[in-house]
Amino acid sequence: MARGASRQDPLNAFITLAEIPPRGPGRLSGITVAVKDNISTRGVETTCGSRILEGYVPPYDAHVVDLIRNEGALIPGKTNMDEFGMGSSTENSGFGPARNPRDPERVTGGSSGGSAAAVASGMARMALGTDTGGSIRCPAAFCGIVGLKPTYGRVSRYGLVAYANSLEQIGPMATTVADCSLLMDVISRYDPRDATMQNRPYLPRLDGDIKGMRIGIPAEFFGKGVDPDVADRVRKAIGVLEELGAVIVEGSMPSMEYALAAYYVTCTSEASSNLARFDGVRYGPPSDYKKQWHEAFQEVRIRHFGPEVRRRILIGTFALSAGYYGKYYGKAQAAREHVREDYARLFRDVDLLAGPTMPTVAWKIGGKSDPLSMYLADILTVPANLAGVPAASVPCGTVQGLPVGLQLTGRAFEDELIMNAAYAYEQAVKA
Amino acid sequence: MVSEEEVLRIAELADIGIGQEELPPFTRDFNAILDYFAVLDRVPAGEGWESGIANVLREDEVVASLPQEEVLGLAAAEDGYIRAPRVM
Repeated sequence: MARGASRQDPLNAFITLAEIPPRGPGRLSGITVAVKDNISTRGVETTCGSRILEGYVPPYDAHVVDLIRNEGALIPGKTNMDEFGMGSSTENSGFGPARNPRDPERVTGGSSGGSAAAVASGMARMALGTDTGGSIRCPAAFCGIVGLKPTYGRVSRYGLVAYANSLEQIGPMATTVADCSLLMDVISRYDPRDATMQNRPYLPRLDGDIKGMRIGIPAEFFGKGVDPDVADRVRKAIGVLEELGAVIVEGSMPSMEYALAAYYVTCTSEASSNLARFDGVRYGPPSDYKKQWHEAFQEVRIRHFGPEVRRRILIGTFALSAGYYGKYYGKAQAAREHVREDYARLFRDVDLLAGPTMPTVAWKIGGKSDPLSMYLADILTVPANLAGVPAASVPCGTVQGLPVGLQLTGRAFEDELIMNAAYAYEQAVKA
Repeated sequence: MVSEEEVLRIAELADIGIGQEELPPFTRDFNAILDYFAVLDRVPAGEGWESGIANVLREDEVVASLPQEEVLGLAAAEDGYIRAPRVM
């Protein structure tokens, strides 16, 4: 099958264009919802952006796919992504990078970059993404749309191809807060097949009234590495929230110092275990069964996994190996606990936290050549995943013509409050 | 500092395979990332890891599952068995 940019898909937003029909009339009737390619679709190839799953056709639908089809959504295709979600630009896709609709020479952000590009360019009205360390919020910010990483346990992950289970969530992306909220409403229905799920569905409450809401601004959210123009744009957006009646409170989040390291140790460790299943035996391009097990296994993985996937498996295997476990994985979990404590302390005093989603605007395709500099771009988004709290990115203007995202983070199971504050902001700047 | 030999050993453990030409850049990036991870040494020692969440257990019940043929159909199969590389 032909892959990459085409006349129908000049941004390479989709890995597979396929019209998956709705199953019933409902609240998404007449609406197109693009689905990230790590979410299983029965009968339609699901690659996770990886050559190792090329040709893999799931025999079942993910719970979220069931839910949106039952509500009347039409799925126009499976969206491009960094391989297995490992990246912040969608350049790590095994099927070529997605391109930013605002400037095709720039990245979409990642890893749900295809979903963001599809929505921002109008190829789909809404999209599902997944967020392990910022993968919904980063591309939402870079492409100028709204994206929500729900509270951990609020959306079923049945049918999501796992990368880092203790961090990742499926969430909605759309051009407006109301659309994003509607999609969240649809996908947050209980499913016992995800054992981490809680039966606490999202109940939209978009009245735009944020009078008296207390919003904390940890100084670290505007720390080293944050572009001064981006910081300025986000401070202006926070000023709008204040004009709407919110009370702005200065704060601090000292655990930000080691949150990124804790995140990368945790996600690579979990990935090294999760990705062991891709062995060319049960699905994907087959391994050579005439060879010895390890030789055949290595051959299929070196051929079909991209370098970032192999790098993360390598780091994770190292972090969990005898003699290093305490130094890396153990310490990372202690750091993670400090992140949770910081949020708990802050949320005793404030209802929400606000800051930039990303430290910069979208960079040029090929502009970040070493892996560590790409990792550092995730500094502002990973803390929410470490603590399992909900966080959204809402567009708040541009810097040099490129979109900037305002990130709003809330208490666990208060996704509604975040969306309402995002709605208040969106309506105020639109008027 | 992790050596190229050590990176090779871990790649072997992880069954990812590694080419000779990739080894120097992989080792360089690997060390840069580990240098960054050193910030974890500054994490204040606490009471240890306490997630504050509890396991929820349920009865093991038999429920409907996918048809075996459909699932096995994804693998390289022969006479109803999955074909795998040699283990001995």
